[in-house]
Amino acid sequence: MNQNKTPICAALEELESNRIIPFDVPGHKRGKGSSNLREFLGKKCLSIDVNSMKPLDNLCHPVSVIKEAEELAAAAFGAAKAFIMVGGTTSAVQAMIFYAVKRGEKIILPRNVHRSVLNSLVLCGAIPVYIECKSSERLGIAMGSSLAAVERAIRENPDAKAVVVNNPTYYGICSDVAGIAKLAHEHGMILLADEAHGTHFYFSNTHESLPRAAISAGADMAAVSMHKSGGSLTQSSFLLCGENINSNYMRQIINLTQTTSASYLLMSSLDISRSNLALNGKKIFADVLSLTNYAREEINKMGGYYAFSDELIDNDTVFNFDKTKLAVNTLRIGLAGIEVYDILRDEYDIQIEFGDIGNILAYVSIGDNFKNIEMLISALAEVKRRFSRSEMDIMKQEYISPIVRTAPQEAFYSPHKSLPLAQSVGKICAEFVMCYPPGIPIIAPGEEITKDIVNYISYAKEKGCSLTGPEDMSIENINVLE
Amino acid sequence: MELWFSEMHTSNVKLSVKVERQLCSVQSKYQRIDIFESPEFGRFLTLDGFMMLTEKDEFIYHEMITHVPMAVHLSAKNVLVIGAGDGGVMRELSKYKQIKKIDVAEIDSEVVRLCKEFLPKTAIDFDDPRVNIFYEDGLKFVRSRDNEYDIIIVDSTDPFGPGEGLFSKEFYGNCFKALKPDGILINQHESPFYEKDAQIVKRAHKRIVQSFEISRVYQAHIPTYPSGHWLFGFASKGIHPTKNLDAAAWNALQINTRYYNTNLHKGAFYLPCYVEELLSDVEN
Repeated sequence: MNQNKTPICAALEELESNRIIPFDVPGHKRGKGSSNLREFLGKKCLSIDVNSMKPLDNLCHPVSVIKEAEELAAAAFGAAKAFIMVGGTTSAVQAMIFYAVKRGEKIILPRNVHRSVLNSLVLCGAIPVYIECKSSERLGIAMGSSLAAVERAIRENPDAKAVVVNNPTYYGICSDVAGIAKLAHEHGMILLADEAHGTHFYFSNTHESLPRAAISAGADMAAVSMHKSGGSLTQSSFLLCGENINSNYMRQIINLTQTTSASYLLMSSLDISRSNLALNGKKIFADVLSLTNYAREEINKMGGYYAFSDELIDNDTVFNFDKTKLAVNTLRIGLAGIEVYDILRDEYDIQIEFGDIGNILAYVSIGDNFKNIEMLISALAEVKRRFSRSEMDIMKQEYISPIVRTAPQEAFYSPHKSLPLAQSVGKICAEFVMCYPPGIPIIAPGEEITKDIVNYISYAKEKGCSLTGPEDMSIENINVLE
Repeated sequence: MELWFSEMHTSNVKLSVKVERQLCSVQSKYQRIDIFESPEFGRFLTLDGFMMLTEKDEFIYHEMITHVPMAVHLSAKNVLVIGAGDGGVMRELSKYKQIKKIDVAEIDSEVVRLCKEFLPKTAIDFDDPRVNIFYEDGLKFVRSRDNEYDIIIVDSTDPFGPGEGLFSKEFYGNCFKALKPDGILINQHESPFYEKDAQIVKRAHKRIVQSFEISRVYQAHIPTYPSGHWLFGFASKGIHPTKNLDAAAWNALQINTRYYNTNLHKGAFYLPCYVEELLSDVEN
């Protein structure tokens, strides 16, 4: 297929040149009704903010240009089918889960999934079975799923319908997707991949430079955040499907929750970015790799910081590592990741992706260059020189294994009461608590609240993490089952 | 036929210089480099279309960025110059016998090559045995140095192109680290006059104030730069720009200058009210 083509963009250009008189929504009428908005977003932006119509196709039922754009995307990613998603990768994750499991059915997954996975379980009523997970004591983060742990979960739950894998985690850690796919398929389960942080895996220069993309490794579905490493607009995403997936049923599933007014700004950005990745992706991500490899080398030379990489690979819980991720452990300079995150923004005007208890993550992409990387490295050197402390009072443990007592949906909707955090130990939680980003729940509905969890939440709060989830926005109280 | 070089000083103001001929035009890895010959200003160098120096008025800039720190720190032996591919700062530094080492970190070797070929009046002392050129990013260079220099002179471009990192707080902090306890940092500090330039002055001053005990600003009149009113920054860990001026000792060196003198040195630190205000806004 000709990846130079951008059928949605072409149809929008055509529409613009035809000077159609709009007596349809949106009511700003190509921006004429809102001069402030037009000035702020730009004329072009508003001229293509239009509604579905015959020449532009309809995302709920694609038959022309959107269909063609989805076919081009499927070809670019080597998938049997690609769906354009406009509700964030969250909507792609939801669609995968809703397709795979119904109320009361089991799904096998690692606990360090994004909140959208667990939210989907609240919505559909499926039962999570967690794969035993190891965490690195040095880094305080969850590792991947080992084949042995997945196999154990599958054998203990032969009635489960599906398995979920992060490819990679936010920090770049990959599990053996091909091995897990084989195991799942042997036991009649399908494999869903959250590839929110792995779009670029589909455009690897050589076999070794990037971890394997989930679809090519045998996953049945993958949610890929084009707006992260792919360069499209925020909230735009692809859902990729393999041969085994009934794509017409999948469309019905997607339409259960998808907007009927899909934004052409988002769709055209997917169209252009897909074309760009298909044509130039290998070069782009080779460049990103050279930036992150350089940064890691320089940061590790400073001492104190640990910018981790593929030395973590142990062919067990870490099968591969995504070297485009620039994650740096900060504990040995005596600062929590979140403190370094705040200092970089407040003192050095550098906004990084996130800081957690022990690490920071700088998102390096298509839009970066050596000049910016050099500024980040120099700022880290300065943070160390000016702010480093003894590492005595830093909390180490980060990943806490969950104790699941009730299914998420039941816990979320059951009668509950609000208790001060400190008094909630031993109760069953009715809501989510997470640091955002990364958005991986510290506790989810149905899980028992332990002392470790209360300590962790208090510590994260004290260090300045942005905590979200509970009904009580100040996170003083937490909802527990009655 | 009339050929003119124009530079927009704001979106509503431009400076045009009549050009006799263009001597070179090269797109390097970092920027576009042009050198012209003009009847009024002699040869002049532009980077990405911004005037860097003219043969007629470069002496003002180069004397003021060099002799001010030297006159308060006459025992300086190790000097680092960042940027300065045209060689003007080195020419002024070469006049001091006591200097033992002049390290130059210039990111773009093409600038040096072209200046040597077309601007022999400034690019004259690259062969001084004390000069060591490193074709490296200034920010990276200074990051790896510790307690090494008596003076650092930052002869940067504007903070939009390759020079952006040289206006960052991490850069000033790394300079602090690279300087000895009695070291001095001098930087070209942009112009206070037009709004957009004034914002850069404020930002840079704020960051330097946060990084050094003493941070003062001085001025010079440079006809071909936007508004003609130009500032330099003087920052140190304790040395004061006027109280530590040793006028008699500097004058005894009998260095030949056309703009700088020790009276002007003192006067240059007396700033117009609006500039004082601009700077004091960000000092607290």
